[in-house]
Amino acid sequence: MTEKIVSRKKVWGTPKLRVPLPFSFFCPGCHYGIIVRLICEVLEELGIEGRTVGLAGVGCSFGPFPVSIDVDFTSCPHGRAPAMATAIKRIHPETVVFTVQGDGDLGSIGLGCFMNALIRGEKLTTIFLNNACYGTTGGQMAPTTLIGMKTTTTPEGRDPRTAGFPLHTAELAATMKGVAYSARCTVHSPANFRRARKALKTAFQKQIDGIGYGFVEFLSACPTNWRLSPPDCIKFISEKMIAEYPLGEFKNVDVIELPEEWR
Amino acid sequence: MTERLLIDGNEAIARGAIAGGCNYFFGYPITPQNEIPEFMSRELPKIGGVFVQSESEAASVYMVYGGALAGARVMTSTSSPGFSLMQEGISYIAEAEVPAVIVNVMRMGPGIGTGGQHGQTDYRQVTKGGGHGAYRCIILAPYSSQECFDYMQLAFHLADKYRVLVLVLTDFIIGRMAEVVELRKLEFEPPPEKDWALKGKAFKGGRRRCYVSAAFSYGGVPPRYYHHMAEVYQKIKDEEIKHETYRDEDAVLLLLAYGSSARMAKRAVDMARAEGHRVGLFRPITLWPFSEEALRQAACRVGKVLVVEDSPGELVEDVKCICQGKVPVHLLGIWGRYTPQGDIMTGGSGIIYPENILEKIRGLI
Ligand code: SF4
Repeated sequence: MTEKIVSRKKVWGTPKLRVPLPFSFFCPGCHYGIIVRLICEVLEELGIEGRTVGLAGVGCSFGPFPVSIDVDFTSCPHGRAPAMATAIKRIHPETVVFTVQGDGDLGSIGLGCFMNALIRGEKLTTIFLNNACYGTTGGQMAPTTLIGMKTTTTPEGRDPRTAGFPLHTAELAATMKGVAYSARCTVHSPANFRRARKALKTAFQKQIDGIGYGFVEFLSACPTNWRLSPPDCIKFISEKMIAEYPLGEFKNVDVIELPEEWR
Repeated sequence: MTERLLIDGNEAIARGAIAGGCNYFFGYPITPQNEIPEFMSRELPKIGGVFVQSESEAASVYMVYGGALAGARVMTSTSSPGFSLMQEGISYIAEAEVPAVIVNVMRMGPGIGTGGQHGQTDYRQVTKGGGHGAYRCIILAPYSSQECFDYMQLAFHLADKYRVLVLVLTDFIIGRMAEVVELRKLEFEPPPEKDWALKGKAFKGGRRRCYVSAAFSYGGVPPRYYHHMAEVYQKIKDEEIKHETYRDEDAVLLLLAYGSSARMAKRAVDMARAEGHRVGLFRPITLWPFSEEALRQAACRVGKVLVVEDSPGELVEDVKCICQGKVPVHLLGIWGRYTPQGDIMTGGSGIIYPENILEKIRGLI
């Protein structure tokens, strides 16, 4: 009779950087918790937690992300994280600095701030949480809201004639010279989670290697404001969100070309 | 011997900042303070510092906020409209209790104001706080290039000592008027260690800093923030108030002015004295905290006050309040400007010359 071999290899556990909390800040079915875990895993894997500084924008990420991830962290005024991150990175170039920003924070009130950080080609990493609405304030329209999507300020659905069209941030970032990496991911399935981890790691690596800006957009479920059950949210992401916001890498370069006299 | 240079107030601000240990400048161009960022962009890289031209004053103030959180001596400078744009960030810096310095080289008027004209029309906004949330900033008002140089060093010292924002308020005349400055390095007690700085937890023995909000820092109880800040503000009031008096011992009329108006008023005092009028000057240097007690005593002793300010009258409100109706308080404000081409409505926009102040003095004595 063959002996049954039991593997003692650890296959699941909480990342060391995940601060244990007695409760979750997020609504049931929200993908933010998964993204928190993902960030912890990536920082740990890269071994940079001792020199990392995180900055969270206003939104559902404002307090929960700083509190949950065991690295130096600050919350930021609405939309201003890239400016604050710029200063921290310029003053301490050896640090790894990242921002976590929602679609209201980055895409709306802070778009100018974000775009100018890209224009300057800062060596930063930005994690952009796109759930197509304003989560914290109760599900109002965001620049990323899908056409026809009902929110509390588009009760008849987003009307492109008056409220315009969804903002494609990952594609936009990819057009900027100073950006080394730009991708769009989701965490709505294990395979996508793995892809997202790789993308985030690459985005951080671009900063660590001093190449340029790393940007990762996450399509993230907001069951509360989408008024959908968590399983229906996953369906909504795979059917509606990805149709508008295709997944993938939009830019991945190892050198940012400079005119000869500036090399 | 310390080096002496003929420089304007703006350059003195920039040189004073560097002498005060500031190696990081984040700013946006606006007249009449462009000499400051221009100087910094030229000089900071030479000493291993950083200059970033931001996309707006709103961004500048948040770069300053980020830099302050990172534990560095950081600053920005601007002029009136830009200062308005910074109010939100100033409120956040106050909330986070991080040290930083912002310079406002005032220009005249609301809205776009005038890039090319002097004025002192930001007193109320600067001293009362244009941002939300009942905070205070230390405000220093230099009136010469030398003071610009010296008080920038003081500003960084005070900011670190109390973990507050220090505002340095000058104006077009102070900023663009060249004088000889002795480049003396001032000595202060060493600043407290910034063991709270955000630069990675490895630098703090593996213990991270997590900053969310003042309420969060004080156990979720916002009033505790105010209790704590009240103590800080009281200590500042006890130790840091500054003013200067000039020929006021036997005066029967006390002029009161700050910044460029104090220059004019000082000259007017000498001119009045030469005519035999017993006039003195009281010049507040910290606009917050204000030398309330000293002013009250001086005003009561002298018996009559004339506020000279290049605005429709902002400082005068505080002075009236401080004097509590015990002595008459007069104002020579923007209406007192004289223009060689005629009056303000028909001629140029003028300036309050010492002669205009003297005329007013004659009328009051
Ligand atoms: S409101 Fe939406 S984004 Fe915010 S925690 Fe709840 S589900 Fe998540």
